[in-house]
Amino acid sequence: MTTVTETKPAAQSAKPAKLTFAGALNAALAHSLEARQDVVVFGEDVGTLGGVFRVTDGLAARYGTDRCFDTPLAESGIMGTAVGMALNGMRPVVEMQFDAFAYPAFEQVASHLAKMHNRTRGRVELPVAVRIPYGGGVGGVEHHCDSSEGYYAHTPGLKVYVPGTVEDAYLMLREAIDSPDPVVFFEPKKLYWSKADLDLEDLRATYESGERREGSAVVARQGTDVTLVTYGPSLPTALKAAEAAAEDGVSVEVVDLRSIVPLDDDTVCASVEKTGRALVVAEAQGFASVASELVARIQERCFHSLASPVRRVTGFDIPYPAPKLEEHHLPSVDRILDVIDDMQWED
Amino acid sequence: MSESIDTPVGPPIPPARQELTLVERVSSQMGISPEDYMLPAEREIRMLSPEGTLLPAEQQGTGPGHEYPIPSDEVLLEAYERLMVGRRVNDQNTALVRQGRLAVYPSSHGQEACQVAAAMCLEDNDWLFPTYRDTVAVISKGVDPLDVMVSFRGDWHCGYDPKEHKTAAQATPLTTQLLHAVGAAHAAVLRGEDTVVLAMCGDGATSEGDFHEALNFAAVFRLPVVFFVQNNGYAISVPLARQSAAPTLAHKAVGYGMAGERVDGNDLVALMAALRRAVDLARTERIPLLVEAHTYRMQAHTNADDDTRYREREEVKEWAAKDPVLRMETYLRDKGVLDEAAAARVSEHCETVAASLRDAMNADVNPDPLEMFDHVFSEPTQQLREQRDWLAEELAAEAAEGRADQAAKEGAR
Ligand SMILES: Cc1ncc(C[n+]2csc(CCOP(=O)(O)OP(=O)(O)O)c2C)c(N)n1
Ligand SMILES: [Mg+2]
Repeated sequence: MTTVTETKPAAQSAKPAKLTFAGALNAALAHSLEARQDVVVFGEDVGTLGGVFRVTDGLAARYGTDRCFDTPLAESGIMGTAVGMALNGMRPVVEMQFDAFAYPAFEQVASHLAKMHNRTRGRVELPVAVRIPYGGGVGGVEHHCDSSEGYYAHTPGLKVYVPGTVEDAYLMLREAIDSPDPVVFFEPKKLYWSKADLDLEDLRATYESGERREGSAVVARQGTDVTLVTYGPSLPTALKAAEAAAEDGVSVEVVDLRSIVPLDDDTVCASVEKTGRALVVAEAQGFASVASELVARIQERCFHSLASPVRRVTGFDIPYPAPKLEEHHLPSVDRILDVIDDMQWED
Repeated sequence: MSESIDTPVGPPIPPARQELTLVERVSSQMGISPEDYMLPAEREIRMLSPEGTLLPAEQQGTGPGHEYPIPSDEVLLEAYERLMVGRRVNDQNTALVRQGRLAVYPSSHGQEACQVAAAMCLEDNDWLFPTYRDTVAVISKGVDPLDVMVSFRGDWHCGYDPKEHKTAAQATPLTTQLLHAVGAAHAAVLRGEDTVVLAMCGDGATSEGDFHEALNFAAVFRLPVVFFVQNNGYAISVPLARQSAAPTLAHKAVGYGMAGERVDGNDLVALMAALRRAVDLARTERIPLLVEAHTYRMQAHTNADDDTRYREREEVKEWAAKDPVLRMETYLRDKGVLDEAAAARVSEHCETVAASLRDAMNADVNPDPLEMFDHVFSEPTQQLREQRDWLAEELAAEAAEGRADQAAKEGAR
């Protein structure tokens, strides 16, 4: 069931005053459908309804129901047929309606989508983009709030993208669709209605100029004392924490990973080597997670620059809690500040 | 292949080939052809016209292999009362969502006849496996409405004890519960218990792989499961035609070797008759059956949905004229079963339930955050204990800060 309050569909005009995250994704899909004829968009409720988050709004009407269509209600079916389509010349962009409803498709993802290239000694490419609205913080009930990126990141052969800004939503979805490899593209639900002053045509021109930055992290805020490494839904929280820390005289640098696979070790390490302290912030439960991987890599590569152990603020190791409890589960500004405080400043 | 891989353990597998197949045996016992037994009747079973008059027997859709005795007036009056309570619960909850008191509520307004019949056809020892939309069925099975609402209010994922009520936690991942239902029935057979299991799902859900696996397991292991599909024509925005090209959903049963039937899902009399017989057959013959009810969700999928995007108002209006409540009420009044006193009693019952829902949902009950760590395992792990302590410290510090702020404010005054 969908639980997120419905919001107006993405503006279709060429120059929206403010572009939403969902609107940027909608435009990226539209521009991809225009740019290449092999792109097809399908999933549950993506046609007539335009998706439960309106990310595919208007696509079926504009590009036809051969190119954007509703499927029977079967995630394994959606994923398996996407593999077959890609095998035979198409470039499917499929939607899993919510994070936890992608699990029935996991066999197709782990056993085929991720492995086909390797199994066939590189003869077969499967350019499939799997869009997954994900994460919590929107008052959703169970099965609508999972942070499942770890399962996919742990599966060799899948690229895993998690945009955290409106601009990246557009550029990274286009990259995902154009990628020769399968990409699992996570869309943080709580960012869908975030806005930025961006011109869609400028974005399109930027992307179509051919400049690529695939798989690169970015320094989202400069600082000198401690590095927060984060991505997707936790990016705004990390930036707020940096702002608050500045008031206490601590200069925080924020690195936005954007892509989990491939992972940009260089940008992360350059920052940590500069600041000497690293704190990973992620919404997913921490045990055996993307955050664990980051801590391990920073430790391995930057050990001699570290003034304090690398730390984590993540979700607790519990099933995602009911709406009334989620605020206690999710990384908060206060929790981040507490851990920063605790990072051996005295010596 | 080595034997150990392919030799199943435990469950008693019926002999590969008896002299007669199960279908042949059951149908010959009933004195009908295997086709009459397995295939749905030519049209859906219906007892009451949309206007609430009893249809003549030849118009009820019944026939050889499809005979459905009408339940007693007493049972129907009880069903009517539950129907009215169900409608009231749906509408009260929809109002509470609008007032921001509930996180979500998928209403079964328009489908209450299905909900009530699903619960009433079961005996105390029988199990129900409901979905997110089947709140009214869960209440009708005997679970306290306030306990059912715990999940929709956002306190916890399930507010009742499934074992106590023989009612599984409402399932959201579509059709996963059907396999649980089959497993529960299998366990009952292995344990020698007289239990029928009724498992619910929607029309869209029949496209999921688990639906097909569940039907197949139930038939292969010959388990007493009634699969009850509420076909309301839509899966959020997607119409039935995008889910199935079969003549009806009831026909899907045939491919697995079980009988399927379809019923007017807004006719409580027909539903009671059909589901009771399905449950009886499941119990006496130890077989699975599929019942498809043709109904309509009168409201949007949930409060977050906008159904004007995918269905005509005209269609919604047409279904309003087939409302299950009015139909049943007219029938029972005309028959003299529902008199003024009974009607007053039913309406009082509805108001009592609605008032208790309002009171409970309007009260600010906040679950204890530390409970988040208590039920992950039977005993919390060391990591969970550490995380619990961390949160406890945070909460204590926040409380102390709150108290200090309060004191400062009072001091300033
Ligand atoms: C595995 C899975 N995929 C997707 C969803 C999201 N979802 C919730 S309800 C629904 C439609 C279900 O339609 P139907 O089975 O006809 O039941 P109805 O809602 O009409 O009662 C969808 C797609 C889900 N809950 N589970
Ligand atoms: Mg439906």
